[in-house]
Amino acid sequence: MKFGIVTFPGSNCDYDAFQAVTDVLGEEATYLWHKDHDLQGSDVVILPGGFSYGDYLRAGAIARFSPIMQEVISHAKNGGPVLGICNGFQIACEAGLLPGALMRNSHLQFVSAEVRIRVENADTMFTNLYERGEILRMPVAHGDGRYVAPAGVLEELEGEGRVIFRYADASGNVSADANPNGSERNIAGIVSDAGNVLGMMPHPERACSPLLGSSDGVRLLESILAKVAA
Amino acid sequence: MAKFRIAVHITPRKGLLDPQGNAVRDALRTLGFTSVKDVHVGRYILVETDAYDAIAAEEAVTEMCQKLLANPVTEDFEIESAVHA
Repeated sequence: MKFGIVTFPGSNCDYDAFQAVTDVLGEEATYLWHKDHDLQGSDVVILPGGFSYGDYLRAGAIARFSPIMQEVISHAKNGGPVLGICNGFQIACEAGLLPGALMRNSHLQFVSAEVRIRVENADTMFTNLYERGEILRMPVAHGDGRYVAPAGVLEELEGEGRVIFRYADASGNVSADANPNGSERNIAGIVSDAGNVLGMMPHPERACSPLLGSSDGVRLLESILAKVAA
Repeated sequence: MAKFRIAVHITPRKGLLDPQGNAVRDALRTLGFTSVKDVHVGRYILVETDAYDAIAAEEAVTEMCQKLLANPVTEDFEIESAVHA
């Protein structure tokens, strides 16, 4: 399977994603330049973390209009898997692939830390190798990670099982203390209504080796593999 | 065609938590401006554009706000009247 990893000016987790796909997953990966109009036959697209276009205007706002994003949007509309991590989550929201938005962290500080997230739905193409309620450890590194959406949208996300990760403590309690950015309802990751677009602030690609402190992100990539290859 | 300048004000949507505005409000109170009730921090954008008339320029900038300059989920925008640039 081929993973396409988009490089915007200012992306800085594209190499991490590339390594995770090629070294850990053992699959093919290619970089997709933001000015290109070609997904190069990618089966899965990763929108990586970073500060695309310097976060000018709003995080993800400019990236959304880049040439490659028009192809990514078509890919997503045709049911193709898209994984938006951190800045990629912000871009996916700006592009309308996911509802809601990511705002400045409630405490106003950039947060670079390991967090725990609880798997809320293990029946998605991104989580089928996890168990519901499982606690994962992954790093976060962002200044604008506070997920917000209108109340009606939040209810819809909850009702349809589309909140797939929530910030929690080691015991699995979803508490304000475990919430690194003030996200509504401790939301750390959501999927689109068709289930093929995932946006999440934590970095699974940076939790793919014991050397990095956690391997909990590996099964997320393997889940996609299991689903798409099937 | 003539050249117009339009000022755009973008502010956090009312009712949403505005931590930046709150931090500035608290700082002002600490400075002694104890009567300050509320502060909101937004963006001020100046757009210069060619248009047939002021109304066309304002319509164009409104569309720019809807499509890019403001986030419809989290922000409100107001545009000022177009002036000849």
